[in-house]
Amino acid sequence: MTTLTLSKALNEGLRKALEDNPKALIMGEDVGKLGGVFRVTDGLQKDFGEARVIDTPLAESGIIGTAIGLALRGYRPICEIQFDGFVFPAFDQIVSQLAKMRYRSLGSVRLPVVVRIPFGGGIGAVEHHSESPEALFAHTPGLRVVACGDPADAYTMIQQAVRSDDPVIFFEPKRRYWDKADVDTEGGLAAALPMDRARVLVPGTDVTVLCYGPMVRTCAEAAVAAQADGRSLEVVDLRSLAPLDTETIFASVRKTGRCVIVHEAVVTGGIGAEIAAEITQECFYSLEAPVLRVGAYTTPYPPSRLEEHYLPDLDRILDGVDRTFGY
Amino acid sequence: MTVKDAGRAARPVARAPRKGAAAAEQERQQQESAELIQLLTPEGERVEHPDYPLEISAEELRSLYRDLVIVRRIDFEAIALQRQGELGIWASLLGQEAAQVGSGRALTARDMAFPTYREHGVAWCRGVDPMKLLELFRGVSHGGWDPREHNFHLYTIVIGSQTLHATGYAMGIQRDGAVGEDGEAVIVYFGDGATSQGDVNEAFIWASVNNAPVVFFCQNNQWAISEPLERQSRVPLYQRAHGFGFPGVRVDGNDVLACLAVTRKAMQAAREGQGPTLIEAFTYRMGAHTTTDDPTRYRLSAELESWKLKDPIERVKQYLIRSEQAEMTFFDDVEAEAASVGARVRAACLAMPDPTPMSMFDDIFTAETKQLAAERAEFAAYLDSFEAVGAGTGEAVR
Repeated sequence: MTTLTLSKALNEGLRKALEDNPKALIMGEDVGKLGGVFRVTDGLQKDFGEARVIDTPLAESGIIGTAIGLALRGYRPICEIQFDGFVFPAFDQIVSQLAKMRYRSLGSVRLPVVVRIPFGGGIGAVEHHSESPEALFAHTPGLRVVACGDPADAYTMIQQAVRSDDPVIFFEPKRRYWDKADVDTEGGLAAALPMDRARVLVPGTDVTVLCYGPMVRTCAEAAVAAQADGRSLEVVDLRSLAPLDTETIFASVRKTGRCVIVHEAVVTGGIGAEIAAEITQECFYSLEAPVLRVGAYTTPYPPSRLEEHYLPDLDRILDGVDRTFGY
Repeated sequence: MTVKDAGRAARPVARAPRKGAAAAEQERQQQESAELIQLLTPEGERVEHPDYPLEISAEELRSLYRDLVIVRRIDFEAIALQRQGELGIWASLLGQEAAQVGSGRALTARDMAFPTYREHGVAWCRGVDPMKLLELFRGVSHGGWDPREHNFHLYTIVIGSQTLHATGYAMGIQRDGAVGEDGEAVIVYFGDGATSQGDVNEAFIWASVNNAPVVFFCQNNQWAISEPLERQSRVPLYQRAHGFGFPGVRVDGNDVLACLAVTRKAMQAAREGQGPTLIEAFTYRMGAHTTTDDPTRYRLSAELESWKLKDPIERVKQYLIRSEQAEMTFFDDVEAEAASVGARVRAACLAMPDPTPMSMFDDIFTAETKQLAAERAEFAAYLDSFEAVGAGTGEAVR
């Protein structure tokens, strides 16, 4: 066990992926000498060379488009999109090409491309640096969409993403980059939970709280706070947003009868809306209350002096929990 | 010269020039023809170009002629099939046969080609069964050939996207150490309209800074659906390459020999590590953009008539006859072969089965997700429910 920040855990995971597979490449803006603006790729260009850790021109569509070409040639590109709001110039390449090319080719093509995206708010940033666009990708058939929530998952999930033969959109909770935790860097991947499975982070009995990415820690804290009020929250880290691990979700909701879904993204048309529909369909007779969502209002991300009001926090989550007991 | 004046001077035709219109137009045409690399004139006269010496045997020449005639015939047949309701749509290559066959025959088996959706002539050169192309336009598949089998990527419909894929692929060649005299190179096709796309410009930048072994082959057919070149560019397209830091050349796109020679040279340069080239094949889209388009709404028939005189096939025929490199029976044989290819394409299209409904769930991921497996089962049960009540075809349609 080593104590690592989430950023360093990703760095170690990427290092392992580059060591394990000579075809793995890292590409993005400032990922080389600088080591990425969040230092996730720190030191990798020095150790693996400029041909494998590529400082690209400043154009996101170009990053994904050329990564597709490299994948067609047999490489495993790991692309960094510097900030969530900058993925949109690459949206066409991701949605129209990366997600669909295998289908188009009747299975003769595979595109093992990872697109890393630091996402979410809470760091006092300017516009376009705090967004949560995950639902747009989860809505697109052909993409696997995952989000890590803690350093241990960051370390294993990034390696699993690189090993995946399908395209993976890999969301990293940027405000948790500096969170520290013990990470088992010796254990290997065999014992690790597959990246498309959810994890019951805090077992509980009264209400299921579903979350991912930056909200994982906040929800775990909410569970502690609720305990003081005599409420037992079962916190489930979804980890995979597409496909959803509905088995784990349904098992928890059938047990508790109540569910609150928490994410930073706007609730309208979001991951929570999809999960609520799934739960309503499959767990209808187990429900004691409607499934509730705690997330952003349907506004653009506000100026950062307002983000504490915009983002779900401990109180908003507990308020949601309280409301499910009002039925 | 003020900035405003500089802009005007650079503009070839769009605004009324200060000189007399006729004189300016003549000057423009002279300049363009001076820039144009040509080895076979529209009249079928063989001319030399100092930078592009080409030795070509009678047999090779006849083979190119055969390609040109056959791909035109496939195109003709496909248009007819669309008119008869057998294809949903077809994007005709009429007029662009030489650009495609010339460049397509310049490739080695190991080279990789990335097409748009109009490269039926290149597909032919790469050995892709024309039926595979018809599958796409009939709505049976989105492509369906294995790109590795032919080193010919799937048709890309979003304009310009494939230029980045080609450039990335070329970067892979570099990383494989496959650059060198016997190395590999990539060619990517796109049109004049595509040069306005961000992806194409990003591909130019990526290829340039990486010195990637990729040749950008732009078929300037003068029209992006209804928009003339003036809506895309104020400079000749090939000149754009200079701004990105690699050579650009303009070739007579209706001259199969020039397209062959120019592409061959650019591909060899790329293979040897000299980086990218932009080739602008100056040609004309003789037909509609696709079978749903109506060019009479936006262009004059006089323009079409003037391009008919530059037909890419007729000039090869004239040259073969005049230089006595082919007997008249050869032309009859090629016509007969083309007719038989056309008949085969037609018969195979009519016999082509629809895909099974359940196949829409195939090949989304390398390993099917539980979600898709559940949706597949749900849909199968739904189809079966018709059979159960005796109302539908159930199993029969699967």
